[in-house]
Amino acid sequence: MTWLDTGITAGIWALEILAIAVPVALGVAYTTYAERRVIGWIQVRKGCNRVGWAGLLQPIADGLKLVMKETIIPTTANKALFVAAPLLALIPALIAYAVVPFGETTLFGVWETAHVMAIADLNVGVLYVMAISSLSVYGFLMAGWASNSKYTFLGAMRATSQMVSYEIAMGFAIVCVLMMSGSMNLNAIIHAQAGGFWHWYLIPLFPMFMVYFISGCAEVGRTPFDLIETEELVSGYFTEYSGMWFATFSLAEYGAMILISLMTSILFLGGWYAPLPVLDFIPGTVWLLGKTTFLIFVFIWFRATFPRYRYDQLMRLGWKVFLPLTLIWLAVIGLAIFTPGVSDIINYWRPGVGL
Amino acid sequence: MLELGFFYLFAGLAVVSALGVVLSRNTIHAVMFLIFCFFNAAGLFFLLDAEFIGIILILIYVGAVMVLFMFVVMMLEVNFAKLREGMLQYLPLGGIIALVLFIEIIAAAGSGVFSPEGIPDPGHAAQQVNNTVEIGKMLYTKYLLGFEIAALILLVALVGAIVLTLRTRKDAKYQNISRQVNVRPEDRMYKVKM
Repeated sequence: MTWLDTGITAGIWALEILAIAVPVALGVAYTTYAERRVIGWIQVRKGCNRVGWAGLLQPIADGLKLVMKETIIPTTANKALFVAAPLLALIPALIAYAVVPFGETTLFGVWETAHVMAIADLNVGVLYVMAISSLSVYGFLMAGWASNSKYTFLGAMRATSQMVSYEIAMGFAIVCVLMMSGSMNLNAIIHAQAGGFWHWYLIPLFPMFMVYFISGCAEVGRTPFDLIETEELVSGYFTEYSGMWFATFSLAEYGAMILISLMTSILFLGGWYAPLPVLDFIPGTVWLLGKTTFLIFVFIWFRATFPRYRYDQLMRLGWKVFLPLTLIWLAVIGLAIFTPGVSDIINYWRPGVGL
Repeated sequence: MLELGFFYLFAGLAVVSALGVVLSRNTIHAVMFLIFCFFNAAGLFFLLDAEFIGIILILIYVGAVMVLFMFVVMMLEVNFAKLREGMLQYLPLGGIIALVLFIEIIAAAGSGVFSPEGIPDPGHAAQQVNNTVEIGKMLYTKYLLGFEIAALILLVALVGAIVLTLRTRKDAKYQNISRQVNVRPEDRMYKVKM
């Protein structure tokens, strides 16, 4: 490989990364807008509609305002970690997108075979997303500790214990999907769900779908699990943050929320496949993003509907309800696969695996 | 060429961050260095085509074990003045142990066992080899007994940890969750005739 080839490869990588990162950043910005409008609609008020047409420039105005604000660093804070913490929270939320397949394309017939639209088509894609998204815990933990304040410290403790608890239930829900698909490659998981909504894992794994989505909600700290940033803790681990550094935490939260929605669509809702094979003429990317948008809407709907959980209720739900439920369903799926008679039914959703 | 560059990058950063763990005064900084060290070790696994082990290293050690480490370290009150007490008293013994270990490492490194000639170049596995599947096959066939024993030990440790920490306190107030959930407005409110 010559230096020129290396340079071209690096250039293509950079373009691929930009092609994912820029839409993600825009998506995050407009998710905040959608949230305000949708909650406004649910609560029978207008929402933001002043900046630009129907308020569409509001996220940009907010961004500008936050950039112009002063970032205050407390004098007793551990400066290096205080500055690094928001980045530690944001970076994992963004690099997890590297393995997400956004669809398959032949580039309008230019390529002979269909290529997956992902930066990296990893064999361990699901594990990669799990591993990387669990890292943003450090951003929150460091933010709480480095601020050197009681409130942020307690907030960080809560955030961490919440995220660690719900990761386990999420992991077991994913294991059920892996048992059905027989592969950890996100691309292969979607291919196993081809051909109409009755092939989706939503049907055999419906309880796991619920557990995964609700745990995802808790993992990113959305209402009704947003007690990591409650008023009683003076908004939790980011009490001392201001300006853009504060906004970085929100970016991380919304980025993680979009990622959970994408992963739920991929693992349980058939990824880029249309619900009816007749509708396959619409590009797969449109379907995937449509499903994701719907799930983001559900997140917002949750926020407008449910009151907040109490801390002990949250822990009870994670450890005493979700964890046993996922373990039981794991056994149910495992037994079903190896029981004669029942295995024929379950193998309907396992094309090419159980045979 | 590129691979060699990445090897030196990961290996060098791993050594630097390992030094950081030992040398940093602040315990939180030490834990952060250790996390960074694990990352670089995972990078080395990726270079050996062992993506499953690399990801598992990040998932288990960085994602779970180090969070608990961090929890404990945050709660510690490290008093360096107290730790330095009696340093001179322990210095000879500690120095001898350090010296012996150092000589051992030098001897092992120079013995030729770890030389490039002694270790065959692993080479790259074919594109279609899925090392998750390969590890699974090995674990559940050839090393099944060892795998099951390890699982049993972990289970015993799990139960042991719960037994050690679980104690029912008489004076603590517990909530009956099902009663809380099933409560109706009529249970809490009644109409008063005035």
